[in-house]
Amino acid sequence: MELSLATRTVGEHTVLEVGGEVDVYTAPRLRERLLELIDGGARRVVVDLGRVDFLDSTGLGVLVGALKRLRSAGGSFALVCDKEPLLKIFRITALDQVFPLHPTVDAAIAADPTGSGT
Amino acid sequence: MATVRLSFSPAPVHVRTARLVGVAVARRAGVREDLLDEVRLAIGEACTRAVALHHQYGLADPVLVEMSDSGAYSVRVVDRAPIEAGLGLAALNADELANEALTDEALTTGVGFALLAGFVEDLQVRPVAEGVGTEVRMVWPVGR
Repeated sequence: MELSLATRTVGEHTVLEVGGEVDVYTAPRLRERLLELIDGGARRVVVDLGRVDFLDSTGLGVLVGALKRLRSAGGSFALVCDKEPLLKIFRITALDQVFPLHPTVDAAIAADPTGSGT
Repeated sequence: MATVRLSFSPAPVHVRTARLVGVAVARRAGVREDLLDEVRLAIGEACTRAVALHHQYGLADPVLVEMSDSGAYSVRVVDRAPIEAGLGLAALNADELANEALTDEALTTGVGFALLAGFVEDLQVRPVAEGVGTEVRMVWPVGR
C-alpha cells in the first residue's frame, strides 16, 4: 500500500496520521511533510503510526530527524503505536528508549511535558 | 541453485518489489507465516543497504537478489560496492541514536543493521566470491 499522510490539529498539538508503507522510496515524502509542519511553526507534533503496515530503517531515520529538530527548537515529538510488530522494531533498534511511544493519540498528548494537554 | 533470481537497477522504488517477491517465495518455500513480516523487513533492509551503497559509489550496476528453498529458505542480496565488507556492524545504543552529531545516513545505516541482526538469526555479511562487492546472506527455517 502506498504512503498516506493526513494532518489534524488537536488543541496545541499537530497530529500527523501516517498509513501504508514507509520505506526507502516513500520516506522522503514523510520527511518533507514533517519539515513543512515544523517550518510552518508546529512545535508539538504527534505522529500516529496506527495505519502503518511497513516501517524500515529509512523511515525510522526520518522520525529521529524530526525528533531532534523539534527538541532543539524547544518543542516535543511523540509517536503513537500499538501494533506489536512495529513495537518490536523499536525495541530491537533501541529506539523505544529514544521516542516517547504511546498507544493512543490522547495518551501521547496527555503525556506531553511541554503542553497543557486538552 | 537459486530458485528465483531478481536483479534490479539500484533505485529505491524497486526495493518494494524485491520485498514482495522475497515474501512470496518464502511463503511458497514453507517459511512459517509468523516469520514473514521479519523476512519482508530483512530483505528490504538488505536491498536498501545495497541501493544506498550503489548510490554512494555512483554505480549503475544492478543489485542482485537470489532466493533458494533447497533445505531452508536462503536469500542473498549482492551489491557491487568497493568496500571492506561491512563487518563489525555494531548496533547503536540509545545515547548514540539521540546524539545530535550523528548524521542521518549513519543513523539509518546503524538502525538498518540492528534490524537485520535482530530479525535474522542466521545472517552473514561477507565479500562476494568473485569480483567486487558484498553479499548479505540470510537463512530462515522452513517448516513443512
